[in-house]
Amino acid sequence: MRFTRRAAVAVIGVAALLTASACGSSDDGGDGGSGSKKVEVFTWWADGGEKAGLDGLVAQFGTSCAGQEFVNGAVAGGAGANAKQVLASRLQQNDPPDTFQAHAGAELQDYILAGQVQDISADYDTWGLKTAFPAGLIQNLTVDGKIYSVPANIHRANVVWSNKKVVADAGITSDPTDLAGFIADLDKVKAKGIAAPLAIGKDWTQLMLFESVLITDLGAEKFTGLWKGTTPWDGADVTKAINDFKTLLTYTNKDRDALDWTDAEKLVMDGKAAYQLMGDWEAADLDAKKFADYAWFTFPGNGTTFQWLADSFVLPKGAKNVEGTKCWLKTVGSADGQKAFNTKKGSIPARTDASPADYPKYQQAAMADWKSATQVPSCAHGSACSQGWQGAANSALGAFSTNQDVAGLQKALAAAAAQFVKK
Amino acid sequence: MRRLRHWGPGLLLLSPSLILLAVFVYGLIAWTTKVSLSDEHNALGSKGFVGLENYKNLFTNDIQDRFTHSLKNLLIFTVVFLVGAMFFGLLWAFLLERGIKGEGFFRTVYLFPMAVSFIASGVVWRWLMNPLKGDDAGGLNAVFGGLHLDFLQSTWWTNPNWGMASMAMPAVWQLSGYVMALFLAGFRGIPQELREAAAMDGASTYRLYRNVIFPQLTPVALSALIILGHMSMKMFDLIMSISGPQWLTEVPAVYVWQTLLTSDYAKAAAISIVLLLLVAVVIVPYLIYTNRVEKSR
Repeated sequence: MRFTRRAAVAVIGVAALLTASACGSSDDGGDGGSGSKKVEVFTWWADGGEKAGLDGLVAQFGTSCAGQEFVNGAVAGGAGANAKQVLASRLQQNDPPDTFQAHAGAELQDYILAGQVQDISADYDTWGLKTAFPAGLIQNLTVDGKIYSVPANIHRANVVWSNKKVVADAGITSDPTDLAGFIADLDKVKAKGIAAPLAIGKDWTQLMLFESVLITDLGAEKFTGLWKGTTPWDGADVTKAINDFKTLLTYTNKDRDALDWTDAEKLVMDGKAAYQLMGDWEAADLDAKKFADYAWFTFPGNGTTFQWLADSFVLPKGAKNVEGTKCWLKTVGSADGQKAFNTKKGSIPARTDASPADYPKYQQAAMADWKSATQVPSCAHGSACSQGWQGAANSALGAFSTNQDVAGLQKALAAAAAQFVKK
Repeated sequence: MRRLRHWGPGLLLLSPSLILLAVFVYGLIAWTTKVSLSDEHNALGSKGFVGLENYKNLFTNDIQDRFTHSLKNLLIFTVVFLVGAMFFGLLWAFLLERGIKGEGFFRTVYLFPMAVSFIASGVVWRWLMNPLKGDDAGGLNAVFGGLHLDFLQSTWWTNPNWGMASMAMPAVWQLSGYVMALFLAGFRGIPQELREAAAMDGASTYRLYRNVIFPQLTPVALSALIILGHMSMKMFDLIMSISGPQWLTEVPAVYVWQTLLTSDYAKAAAISIVLLLLVAVVIVPYLIYTNRVEKSR
């Protein structure tokens, strides 16, 4: 009898807890209702230079959009892999944040097709963005006559970062300009007892390196054609690129599949590797980590090709605070907003009217390149290919990392292109 | 009317859970099956019915045989996990059953890992199973290096052939205690009279365990196998937190996730159904077996 009474008490207790938690969650839902002045900004900028850039943007948002409150919806994880997973489930449940970060270009296509983002071309005219951004960028952003996103920045993907001391110790005095020169330099560093002179991480960082090799071996135009379906993936030039990539992998760390890009960056900082190919967000990250002894050069053989990617913000369908979101987007596109963001994040503004004097050394060089270079998109960062294609390419590169099967990789990439290229 | 009065109240009481099950379990299985037979390969929605095309593609036309590769990974993981957890579970239960001192203490120690979530233990094991060797070694490799047992250093889960076996180690560590608890309950459930009778008949300790006690543990062993087996088939969180989603350690559950996020709903649904069938192959015979045993009582 005593036992049953105790059990009854326990049951009632559990029931009370459940009721309490149910009430709690319904309260949360109530907060996000209409009339709210909160703007939830969903990003994957949780630390390093990215976080600093976001903070700069938020400060600007606070002065330009008085009365609106910024809510940070950041989810951490390399290249936004984790954030994208959270975002996908929120969009499916029709619970979008007020605005979210997405790579401009082909990656946005998925959201546009699904009707998850709204057309903001009219606002582009109001905000004067059509004249502030370069015509080529506007052209890239326009899908069927409509624009869906405001780019906050431009990044460059095909940059090699180096540890000056390690490179100098190996007796290297000038940057390599072609692949053969790069491999010769890697050999020199290796001869100094550094077993893995080229630091690299898991699948998507390998895809970045492979894309750079493709640009070198195919040239800018044919490289862009790979993603548009005008350059075949089964050609001999692609085979050569895969073989070159395979050669480069022999200079990389063996534990690459266990590392993220920051782990590989650490190898360079610690002098355990000389080089790393990574996007130019690495400049701000190295600065933030107080590592000053670094240098950079465009991936050998890429010439004046600028492999770009852009983080952009959108107006999701069903955003709770449209007015606040539009004010956020306006801030993102404004000269002040782009300056506040890019000087801290280590990227360059998409606007052409920015003053280079406001920016650190690396960005000044990149801003000059942005105006004169040949622009090509990046698949690893979604400006060249859709998320499905990106997933297939990452998986193919991951498999290649273990089996080193050249024909297998080429076949897989050709199959992925056949499946995903927009007809 | 009288018959309705007989089973009516029972049905009424059961109906809320029956309705919930019908909608949220069987209804959704039916829905997933329907999606898996469609060509809903992007966010635009389905254009039509394609029969078993998606299933056929998974097995014969997947890029780099990604799906069969994930099944191979799952097989290695499951075998190592089941054998490991059953072995350690039985061993610990046997030792504790022999009546060692401080049984309560050891029972708690062995059971505790089960209270940790796979995500939390995965983060720790990710660090423990650092694949670097020699001077750069970390985690377990550093421990082996420090003990001058360098030959034990391993590339762990980054090994392309047997990596999934090391991936099963954290799972074994976590669930052996649970298997031990099941077996311990089984040992305690065997009446003392049987042991005494065996002793009277002059059975040795070996004969006692071999012919009297272990046969009585068969139902327990079967339950443990089924519970671990279906957990293993659906393994997701541990792998996500140790290696993240990548080719090397991909299992069907991770593949579903990856496919779903690229809006390929039909393919994701097809993989889910294959996974459901795999689990059913394990569970259904067990359900039939227990049903028969209960009827015969």
